[in-house]
Amino acid sequence: MISVHLKVDWRSFNRESRKSPRSNQNRRGPSSRRHIGASEHLHFDILKIVRCNSSVMSGARNITAALRRARVPRPRFAIRTVQSITPLTTRTFSASSTRNSDSRQIKFTSDAYPNLKRNPNFAEISAEDVAHFKELLGSQSAVIDGVTTDATDDIEPFNSDWMRKYRGHTRLVLKPQNAQEVSKVLKYCNERKLAVVPQGGNTGLVGGSVPVFDEIVINTSRMNQIRSFDAASGVLVADAGVILETADQYLAEREHLFPLDLGAKGSCHIGGNVSTNAGGLRLLRYGSLHGSVLGLEAVLPDGTIVDALSTLRKNNTGYDLKQLFIGSEGTIGLVTAVSIQCPPRPKAVNVAYFGLESFEQVQQAYLAAKGQLSEILSAFELMDGRSQKLVIESTGNKHPLEGEYPFYCLVETSGSNAEHDMAKLESFLESVMGDGIVADGVLAQDETQFQALWRWREGITESLSHLGGTYKYDVSIPLADLYLLVEDCKARLTEKGLVGDDDSFPVRAVVGYGHMGDSNLHLNVAVRQYNKEVEKAIEPWVYEWIQKRQGSISAEHGLGVAKREFIGYSQNETMVKLMKQLKNLYDPNGIMNPYKYI
Amino acid sequence: MSGLRILVPVKRVIDYAIKPRINKAQTGVETAGVKHSLNPFDELSIEEAVRLRERKGPIKVEDILALSAGGPKCPDVLRTAMAMGADRAFHIDVPEKGDGGPEPLTIAKMLQAVVKEQNVNLVLLGKQAIDGDQGQTGQMLAGLLGWPQATQASKVDIKDEAGTVEITHEVDGGVETLRAKLPIVITTDLRLNEPRYASLPNIMKAKKKPLEKKTLADLGVEDTRRLKTLKVTEPAPRKGGGKVEDVDGLVSKLKELGAL
Repeated sequence: MISVHLKVDWRSFNRESRKSPRSNQNRRGPSSRRHIGASEHLHFDILKIVRCNSSVMSGARNITAALRRARVPRPRFAIRTVQSITPLTTRTFSASSTRNSDSRQIKFTSDAYPNLKRNPNFAEISAEDVAHFKELLGSQSAVIDGVTTDATDDIEPFNSDWMRKYRGHTRLVLKPQNAQEVSKVLKYCNERKLAVVPQGGNTGLVGGSVPVFDEIVINTSRMNQIRSFDAASGVLVADAGVILETADQYLAEREHLFPLDLGAKGSCHIGGNVSTNAGGLRLLRYGSLHGSVLGLEAVLPDGTIVDALSTLRKNNTGYDLKQLFIGSEGTIGLVTAVSIQCPPRPKAVNVAYFGLESFEQVQQAYLAAKGQLSEILSAFELMDGRSQKLVIESTGNKHPLEGEYPFYCLVETSGSNAEHDMAKLESFLESVMGDGIVADGVLAQDETQFQALWRWREGITESLSHLGGTYKYDVSIPLADLYLLVEDCKARLTEKGLVGDDDSFPVRAVVGYGHMGDSNLHLNVAVRQYNKEVEKAIEPWVYEWIQKRQGSISAEHGLGVAKREFIGYSQNETMVKLMKQLKNLYDPNGIMNPYKYI
Repeated sequence: MSGLRILVPVKRVIDYAIKPRINKAQTGVETAGVKHSLNPFDELSIEEAVRLRERKGPIKVEDILALSAGGPKCPDVLRTAMAMGADRAFHIDVPEKGDGGPEPLTIAKMLQAVVKEQNVNLVLLGKQAIDGDQGQTGQMLAGLLGWPQATQASKVDIKDEAGTVEITHEVDGGVETLRAKLPIVITTDLRLNEPRYASLPNIMKAKKKPLEKKTLADLGVEDTRRLKTLKVTEPAPRKGGGKVEDVDGLVSKLKELGAL
């Protein structure tokens, strides 16, 4: 396959990459698994990755890195793959699968969390139920039936998450096509007391979108129509199952931008984004979904369709009930459509990547960026040195800076006038370099470099997943203490003798990165394998640490299974009580996404 | 041989990651408001010139001159070239007429004049610009100068003080190694190197490097056209595939198409 690539001439792959300018391999962390159902798809994917990679003009070393990146998440698939593709690829894949999937099954969530017991009030799914759903949804492809048939392979992707951390026991997946179908399904489930899990692109990080026991998965992937777009107001109305990147491309053709961008954009659904109140890379600029979502359509467990699909910017009539569905992780209703305010697409975007000597200087750089770039600043991201080393280790890419620094920042500007932006950016760069705040840095000179620089930030999550498991903590802490958490955590784990360079230590590295502009840090403990001892050393210590500083234990990832029991560290008793009242009011039988959230 | 005096012609083109659109009059592609950057092959030429200097081979690199012909935005790419390591730059001011710019022969004659005037002994060009995709300038220049040429280089090696240069380039079925003496024209290909990022300190320094503005007339060249563009159109769009609901749908579709 590599030799095929070598023959590809400039123009052909040039066109290829022009077709999809902003969707390449770095975005395929969570997305890659969706394509791996059939080996043909996989084959195709690899070719595409090789091409994308060659478009950044890297050498053969990086091509193997790209092949390695197209990893196979589960050994079963690897075996299937091997049978039908060329010998060269076979070798690459068998090599990578031993490294990445360590030939172990994902642990069932019910085993990992022995405290969770199946709620005996819920009914078991029967053959009659399945027959009912088949009739209700009509089409064969709308039901994946593991109750009356053996559909283990087909159901597996819906039962587990892409981080290989959570795995449920569901035997039924339903894919309704519109709110009416969802309403009928939920009404039936509510009457029969069948528990359900709403699921979008299944890219969540806290196990919120996968079942714990035998909850029925209601997947939104077939609700994938864009309903309308009004260029004057910039309001987009779309079904919940539209993939974020698809929505953004649709808007790009109309010179608008989806006000949310995140690493998993190639597979996550906008309904899921809204339900989890996803934050992402440009919250700094475009604000939270609580502000940009103007309305939504949702279905309550009793089948009531909540039509709050307003496209109005202002509407002060009564309680703003749509806010209840934003960030409630499908625990009180299932979002089926969203109307969202989209800003005009910036015409000029620039990105710079800095190396800095201390966190003190990172803060100074942030203040300088806020002050001098003000309205054109669209992202200010922090990456520590260890996180960047892991990306190098996993991708084999050459780092943009010559020297090594303990901290790196990525600064993005978006505006409407390239000259104006450049003038501002240059004076900002001159001042931070001149004042010695920034030790070294680069400025992307073209679109390829722009994407490559972003990959150093966006690729961290994926790189970590290639190197083993990761304990992820997504926290919000006052800016001054932001990085202290990583240092304290590292010191704690090192003291306990858990961190080391060879395989005898469970922890590979403690890294920190995140959205500096939003005071949002991702503390990641990269482990060689998930390990109770490590977990006990971190939790609840980390939550107590955050509580002491009035931070949030989950800034943007949500609660799901992972953070459910720790809500008390960030919300007081009264708040939790009010939340439970709300949940009981709308979902008295508790069928919506049980065992999670609160 | 005294020192290497390298000329690197560069072109400002629509960024290769951007999808070009054809203008309404169908005379060319829309360039207004579209992101432009340095032609990727020219980036390789600059990088190679800088690496020749850094390698400290048998012949010292005395001068790296970047040159670009075009409208008022050309200095942007020249600054990038200088941030990557070129010493100075010439901007040959050619007004934008929406005709795709001067033809390769005009450019080759212009470069010939610069080579003579600046006493250049190595010209490193991209093998083609990704907008016109003509890929002729290097060869024409070598012909005009009567110099040896090595095209699509994937490796450039200065062997000795006498100016022997060994160039590897990929051909069908393998690689070919060429040997020639300076002065020489070399065109670059993708696998030659991996261009560096322009670092902030170098971007700042590049602002102070000399950038000289000239016209074609200064170099005694006339912008004559031998080719006329009749019409530019998109290739016929490919017919998209359809989706089937289920296996039965697939089978009946295949039958319908006569595949089963």
